[in-house]
Amino acid sequence: MTNTDIHALLQGQFGPAISAAEPTTVTADRLVDVCTFLKNDPRLRFDFLNNISGVDYLETDAKKVAKAGFEPHLEVVYHLSSVAFPGRRFTLKVSLPRWKDGVVGELPEVPTVNAIWRTADWHEREVYDLVGVRFTGHPDLRRILMADDWVGHPLRKDFEYPLEYHDIRCR
Amino acid sequence: MPPLLGNRFDDGFVVTNLDAAINWARESSLWPMTFGLACCAIEMMAVGGPRYDIDRFGAGAFRATPRQADLMIVAGTVNLKMAERVRRLYNQMPEPKFVIAMGACTCGGGPYYKYGYNVVKGVDLVVPVDVYVPGCPPRPEALLEGLMRVQDKIRTMKTLAKESTVDVPMIPVRTGKVQLPEEYATPEKVNEFQKATKEAAKPAKA
Repeated sequence: MTNTDIHALLQGQFGPAISAAEPTTVTADRLVDVCTFLKNDPRLRFDFLNNISGVDYLETDAKKVAKAGFEPHLEVVYHLSSVAFPGRRFTLKVSLPRWKDGVVGELPEVPTVNAIWRTADWHEREVYDLVGVRFTGHPDLRRILMADDWVGHPLRKDFEYPLEYHDIRCR
Repeated sequence: MPPLLGNRFDDGFVVTNLDAAINWARESSLWPMTFGLACCAIEMMAVGGPRYDIDRFGAGAFRATPRQADLMIVAGTVNLKMAERVRRLYNQMPEPKFVIAMGACTCGGGPYYKYGYNVVKGVDLVVPVDVYVPGCPPRPEALLEGLMRVQDKIRTMKTLAKESTVDVPMIPVRTGKVQLPEEYATPEKVNEFQKATKEAAKPAKA
């Protein structure tokens, strides 16, 4: 079963929640349903979550904005593979606004998949820490790499590095 | 440089001044703290092992607590989260204490200098550093050299005397120059030698 087949299968199952074209993008509100289906359906059996990554699509250079080819947004990417069907891989994306409801400082929200793949716990904490995506329903959404009192999310393209942190000059 | 323990007067007697004796004891029993933060720690472990053997310089007793250590070898990248801990550990060490910044990251941020979002641009922003050992990571010999520089520094310390009694220059005594083999003694000899090796390396004609 190729990824195109899987995409078609998901479209048949979930309809408008799945993007028309590949790469497969799902709306945030149906994410848990789609992931449960991907894991439990006997034809798919994606029982292993390799990685969750967060991507910030933002061109900070004003001259290059026209050429960038995308609107500013965030993406959360789920890399899945299957132990039951060796070699089978699948990538699922969720597209998000950079800030929730356009209010700067309010993090966009995605439901957690921690209940489906337990490994999502730390991956989601990392995405929250570095890119700034709030995973609703996560049991323990704290920063995992940066200090607890850190301000901002350093892998956002518009992140401004602080001048000083606890009396240590930073730049 | 005068001998560390003064002039020998008679069999079984040694005359020296107390400062020199204290400094000699101090420099010969530096106890470093077990403090590996990143990849440089691997080189530091090699220095502790039998091949390079930091024990030859009396600094092999790696202590797991800062309260028993007087040398902190900061081996590896210090990030902002760790910096607070580094400072606290430094404050817990008893005087006199010395710090070696080992590796490019601790000397000045290293490869993380420009785009690293979480790395301290040099551990000297956190604690006072005595000796910098650059390299990525530095060779074990380089760390030993850094240790010797700390020992040079201790040798100039004045604990009791008001004036300096030990005239040790702070400039390194060991130049680190490599003694060249006979073939590299003069430029002419180098040319000849290189020509000869080139000839020797040519494949034999069939």
